Amino acid sequence: MKIKFTTDTKLESEIAYFENINLKLESGDIIDSFKLAFKTYGKLNADKTNAILVCHALTGDQYVAGNNPITGREGWWSRMVGPNKPIDTNRFFVICSNVLGGCAGSTGPKELQNGSDVAYGGNFPSITIKDMVKAQSLLIESLNIEKLFSVIGGSMGAMQALQWAIDFPDKILNIIHIAGALKHSAQNIAFHEVGRQAIMSDPIWKNGKYFENNEVPERGLSVARMIAHITYLSENAMHRKFGRKLQSRDIISFGFDADFQVESYLRYQGKSFVERFDANSYLYLTRAMDYFDHDETFRKNIEFSHNPNNHLKYLIVSFTSDWLFPTIESKMIVNQLNSLSREVSFLEIDTDKGHDSFLLEEPQLDDVIKGFLTNNFAKIDE
Amino acid sequence: MNKINSLRKDWSLIETLIAEDRKILDIGCGDGGLMEQLEINRNAITHGIELNRDLAANAIARGFNVVHGNAELDLSQYSNNSFDYVILSQTLQAMMKPKDILSELLRIGSKAIVSFPNFGHWKIRLQLLISGRMPVTESLPYTWYDTPNIHFFTIKDFLNLCNEMNIVIEKSIGLTSKGKQFDISESVTGVNFFTHEAIFLLSYKNFEPIKIKSSKKVFAKNSVIAN
Repeated sequence: MKIKFTTDTKLESEIAYFENINLKLESGDIIDSFKLAFKTYGKLNADKTNAILVCHALTGDQYVAGNNPITGREGWWSRMVGPNKPIDTNRFFVICSNVLGGCAGSTGPKELQNGSDVAYGGNFPSITIKDMVKAQSLLIESLNIEKLFSVIGGSMGAMQALQWAIDFPDKILNIIHIAGALKHSAQNIAFHEVGRQAIMSDPIWKNGKYFENNEVPERGLSVARMIAHITYLSENAMHRKFGRKLQSRDIISFGFDADFQVESYLRYQGKSFVERFDANSYLYLTRAMDYFDHDETFRKNIEFSHNPNNHLKYLIVSFTSDWLFPTIESKMIVNQLNSLSREVSFLEIDTDKGHDSFLLEEPQLDDVIKGFLTNNFAKIDE
Repeated sequence: MNKINSLRKDWSLIETLIAEDRKILDIGCGDGGLMEQLEINRNAITHGIELNRDLAANAIARGFNVVHGNAELDLSQYSNNSFDYVILSQTLQAMMKPKDILSELLRIGSKAIVSFPNFGHWKIRLQLLISGRMPVTESLPYTWYDTPNIHFFTIKDFLNLCNEMNIVIEKSIGLTSKGKQFDISESVTGVNFFTHEAIFLLSYKNFEPIKIKSSKKVFAKNSVIAN
């Protein structure tokens, strides 16, 4: 195994190249070489005990904090990660990598196939959450970190955190699992399918080969984003934010312009998403989430793991208004861990902001994450 | 580490009932005060359940293993005998089904510690007798229409229930309203009259296995008592 590190100045990211590694995927396919784009924040301490891996959600990237050169905006969790923030980079060394199959510098459908000048496109192999985590574990290993103090993620990031607990419990001490579930529900798969159909029925998609003519299936991808965005909010939050307010007009137009503010907002969300996200990546990553299912196996995996996992601490957080990953799904994880007498904490935060709450201003989430990390870190430091 | 002082009188009594290095579930753990005390003073491994969201959040932020949930719904998730002690402090009278809770406590834990305010205390009896209205005292400070305490019972009632459920009272501590402490089982007369607050250490009747020796095998049966 050969690992090479470079810095991509345009992406403002570190890139780790894993060459001739023959990464075997859950599907049975093999990727012989791959790369992961990642960012780090803070300093690794001498004992290497303060490393935290943050896992991003479906449309996230490695830019947790600081500037995101792709969007020109602040990182997606800059309110959570940074000096004196709940995940305090004065104390912790935070790593975040773009997932395998992503489109912010890691190997994915947008990148060139190994040894050729053609992008993968639709030829990219099917990726699962387990595969993403396997790739992350190789990255952590290549950084010479034996044990992560914590793996933290919301939504698809929570899936990765849970997968870490199942596959590599010996390499972590705790996980913070926010707005996730043991499985992707039928309703969630259904919403993803509508999004994928929107992309695939865009004539520009061309079986994933749109890049050959330097085109982007903008309409399809933006519709997919608009649908998904609705599922991230809640009825109350939408009502509070938009109500039936009209956009830049006093009376309705009796036409199909964006009369309502909520329409205009969704159109904007769709449009800006197209500028930063690859349509094929969206197909692959939504599929990875759909395939995530530990409903039947989680308890057995934890109870009979060949890797010792008794030491693991779990913090599970859900939100009252999250209907995409409702509290009941989090409670299933808590129930199973409690039935095995594991060290689990659980909190349902009261908010109307829906699934996206974990990215937004939620003081109780900040307090709980900060306290959980600080106090548990003090315990290992003793 | 230095031992810490109890924040509450009943906590220091609960501590005296608990051995070192045990695994404890604190039901209604608040922000983890008792858990902290037992972790430091008794080297316990603690878990908690708390119904109040803000208290649960505080406890988690202080580093304790706390599940935000409702004991009446969520106790079933714990396995049999997964704790050495299960503590239910000052909440049995607020439960919908106190009897079910009591049997759950002893299913999950090998021992249970239950504390409650005694409704048979003389002040309460006197208030009801004289004023003819539902009593309001320091330990039961709510009016009848907004009280969380929906099942009032006296020490006598509790002892009867334990007897009916084959629960053994290993230790029992009473507190008078002045904070004087005594052993409930030893003081026979007037206990139900003077006890303001009671703390019980409970377990199930432990049936000694009968060993039947044959020439080759030893048979053991747990469910039979030979007198």
